[in-house]
Amino acid sequence: MKSPITISGNRGEETPPAPPLDLESIRTFGPFRAYADDIRVDTGVEPDKYVKTHCCFCGQQCGLQLKVKDNTIIGIEPWYEFPFNQGMLCPKGVKRYLQQDHPDRLLHAYEKDSVAPGGFRPIPYPEAIRRVAASIDRLQNEFGRDAFAVLSGASLTTEKTYLMGKFAHMCLRTANIDYNGRLCMVSAAAANKKAFGIDRAANPWSDILGAEVILVSGANIAECAPITTNYVWQAREHGAKVIVVDPRITPLARTCDLFLPVKPGRDTALFNGILHLMIENDWLDHDFIAKHTVDFDAAAGQAREWTPSRTAEVTGIAEKAIRRAAELWGTARTSFLLHARGLEHHSHGVMNVLSAINIVLASGRIGRPNCGYSTITGQGNGQGGREHGQKCDQLPGGRDLDNPEHRAYVAKVWGIDPGDLPRSGADAYEIIRKIDRGEIKGLLSICFNPVVSLPDSNFVRQALAKLDFYVAIDFFMSETARYAHLVLPGSLQEEDEGTVTQVEGRIIRINKAVDCPGEARPDWQIIQDIAQFLGRERGFTFSSPREMFEELRIASKGGVADYSGVTYERIEENFGVFWPCPSETPEGVPTPGPQGTPRLFEPESWNPVAKGAGPFYFPDGRARFHGIPYSGPAEDVDGDFPIILTTGRVVSQFLSGNQTRRIGPLVDHYPEPRVEMHPRLASRLGVGDGDWVTVESRRGSCTLRSLVVNTIRPDTVFIPYHWPGRKSANQLTIAAQDPISKIPEYKVCAVRVRKADGPPEYAGLLEPQQ
Amino acid sequence: MARRNTRGSLNPNSESVLLMPVPDNLEFFIDPSRCIGCQACIQACSECDTHKGQSMIQLDWVDRAQSTQTVPVVCMHCESPTCAEVCPADAIKRTGDGVVQTARKPRCIACNNCVLACPFGVPKMNTGMNLMMKCDMCYDRASVGLKPMCASVCPSQALAFGTREEMARLRPSARPANTFQFGAQTIRTKVNIMIPRDSPTDIVDVTSSMYEPALGCELLDGLFAESLYEG
Repeated sequence: MKSPITISGNRGEETPPAPPLDLESIRTFGPFRAYADDIRVDTGVEPDKYVKTHCCFCGQQCGLQLKVKDNTIIGIEPWYEFPFNQGMLCPKGVKRYLQQDHPDRLLHAYEKDSVAPGGFRPIPYPEAIRRVAASIDRLQNEFGRDAFAVLSGASLTTEKTYLMGKFAHMCLRTANIDYNGRLCMVSAAAANKKAFGIDRAANPWSDILGAEVILVSGANIAECAPITTNYVWQAREHGAKVIVVDPRITPLARTCDLFLPVKPGRDTALFNGILHLMIENDWLDHDFIAKHTVDFDAAAGQAREWTPSRTAEVTGIAEKAIRRAAELWGTARTSFLLHARGLEHHSHGVMNVLSAINIVLASGRIGRPNCGYSTITGQGNGQGGREHGQKCDQLPGGRDLDNPEHRAYVAKVWGIDPGDLPRSGADAYEIIRKIDRGEIKGLLSICFNPVVSLPDSNFVRQALAKLDFYVAIDFFMSETARYAHLVLPGSLQEEDEGTVTQVEGRIIRINKAVDCPGEARPDWQIIQDIAQFLGRERGFTFSSPREMFEELRIASKGGVADYSGVTYERIEENFGVFWPCPSETPEGVPTPGPQGTPRLFEPESWNPVAKGAGPFYFPDGRARFHGIPYSGPAEDVDGDFPIILTTGRVVSQFLSGNQTRRIGPLVDHYPEPRVEMHPRLASRLGVGDGDWVTVESRRGSCTLRSLVVNTIRPDTVFIPYHWPGRKSANQLTIAAQDPISKIPEYKVCAVRVRKADGPPEYAGLLEPQQ
Repeated sequence: MARRNTRGSLNPNSESVLLMPVPDNLEFFIDPSRCIGCQACIQACSECDTHKGQSMIQLDWVDRAQSTQTVPVVCMHCESPTCAEVCPADAIKRTGDGVVQTARKPRCIACNNCVLACPFGVPKMNTGMNLMMKCDMCYDRASVGLKPMCASVCPSQALAFGTREEMARLRPSARPANTFQFGAQTIRTKVNIMIPRDSPTDIVDVTSSMYEPALGCELLDGLFAESLYEG
């Protein structure tokens, strides 16, 4: 049932060279660490204003207040009233303000110039925009519209993501736009659409509090979604049992009731095994299955062969623990299943998620209070950023680019002929491959640092170097922007306003705190300036994010992700509004209350797809089980590469680190990546804690210090991925992708590990964050 | 180039301003079993208006090779603060609301007595400023009913600030404890440690649960503390 997995790019057997050290570029553009000083540490400074907004980092989008003095953010103050986090923050949220007024900040447009310091020289902004437009024109005229691609990001406001999709599809008319959510949320999104017909957290987080069993699969909640910890602990105070599935004993797993140390890449086996035991012991909600689902038999058929002993053999989890997990899950009255990238970053990530959804549907525990299911969205606007048209196959409102009705509706809103809309284009990694093959000649990127964040990064660098023209919009000179011909100075989150949609599906307001410095300006103005210089400004003359949002409301109306009933005022009055929130519903169907729709799939709920037939978003109103055949990772271990590498995050850093590697206190917390390994493996390798070790895969090699801990499976090593260049874990990872979601397999590839011959060349030359 | 932290000076007004006392019903609770080691507390402590740029919290791995367990340490605000008792300059004051204030700058002679004597290892000497600094429970915040910075942000609520009633409601399986035995010294603190509700008193010193016979031996008599279980 799977199409073949795509693994590598168009490259020969030879691995491209290791990343250059780039010392001169680092000296000019950083990253350097900022610490609080001057006005930021002077006590007794009264802020000019407190701006209620949200964190600029992860999908939790914690509410906080920025303290502003003289156009500088001097600190944060908790925002206790915001209901999701009630003042709580992780260290990133506390220190985020140090990214503003940062010495590395790009204040001008830059043009590549090999004799200038750091390889770039500043040029006037209008001149830069003129050149961008001229290059787009030239390349599209010569090589066709699709030869120019756009890579966007899920940390942008929803207004900007809407504009990026519109810009690519209507202004550039290229099929090739995709975004960095491709590395994050897409497996969960695809699986949720397949199982439920809608891609959103099924429940508000408050439903975690009353759950009897909380199953966390592949989610390092304490480090990657820290605020969710308190929800789990609160449930536990009232007796909830916590089950954690992870190859590492994460801080949340340390005190959980049941820890399942799954072998990376074997998750479908585990969930099939649990379903097997649920069926065997009749821990099923037959009424729910009969009334609200289809294809249970397909799932049961695949689960049949997953006896506890076979499940144990494949997953590397003790049979007793698997039985206990099935019993806890099977006999609970209320429950919440949470998963994140650990389940999703696989060449069969969609299948993994569908197998987890199977045990939720079999239990019937969804669509009711304290009965929930959700992925933990990773990026700041990971939810909103995947709804309104910057995905390669998408139009606003969660509509499909290849659906004629959807095309017609959006074309009408935009005032164009549906035939002028391109068809679905390439996913983010395929865009890189197309660049490497010479099919894509030009690129515009924003809010995306693929040189650090994409797998097999040596290949990514090789590809980017081939671009005929590349323009990057960024606030710092990211590792990727260094490959650009032109760099345009964009805006920080705190320099613009708009909305984002956080992990629960709650649309919230980002408020502007300070102005852009120098020649930098809000990203959406830059995009509109390019459209104007291209002579295609129609549709790109918004004067504010609010105007964009008003158009987005119309463009999303009637879609699954319906924002038509949401206004900035309604968001502010209610601490956010949960979509779907249509402005109109058929007669007899009430429109959602002030807060929108916090919980999906309630028994009598109406949606625009089922139209009353049932709570799920399919014409028959029923959720879908899926039969899940097991398949292992794309690259399994062997004699040459006998150890599994898995990658992930640390609490003090965020994604590619373009921001957090510039914030001194966060760098000091966990300065450099280390290779986590079990003492038994370390002993076999003759490696002591803190020794330099070299990790090699078929794609690259990386020398880092070890961290010898018994909190990881002995057959697996872990490296956090936030660092660039020769410290980058993604030199090693594999570009195998899920055939449906196109997510890369960051969570498992084969490596070998040895004690290093000595310190790496970079050790004496680079600061920790560089 | 990156700018370095030039350590800011303390607010010159902070020790002369008489703030409102911390309301009686608001207490501090620490639950190390909840701690996830994220260091949000450390980062937030250094955002406190009275000592910006300086953190007064320590958070350590217990034994990272064996576990991800971490423990946050804030000032326990003792009823009879050892730090104050050993201070030769009378620089450490306990206000009527039970908060042990950080050292008064004009008096502190940076002798380190308090650093050495505190049974919890809380005070730290800021050698650059010749001043002992420690947690004052964010007096500027707590005295007006706001949560201290660390307990505000702590995403696991291992550090929590509120009323006993709130804690009892939110955490039915735990109870607060604030009496600690260090050898012969019994210490009561304003800050509470949450322990499992059904656990007996936590014994931190073997002598605290020993029966002490009079041995008639000069070397041994009086070595044992008074048993917690006596009388």
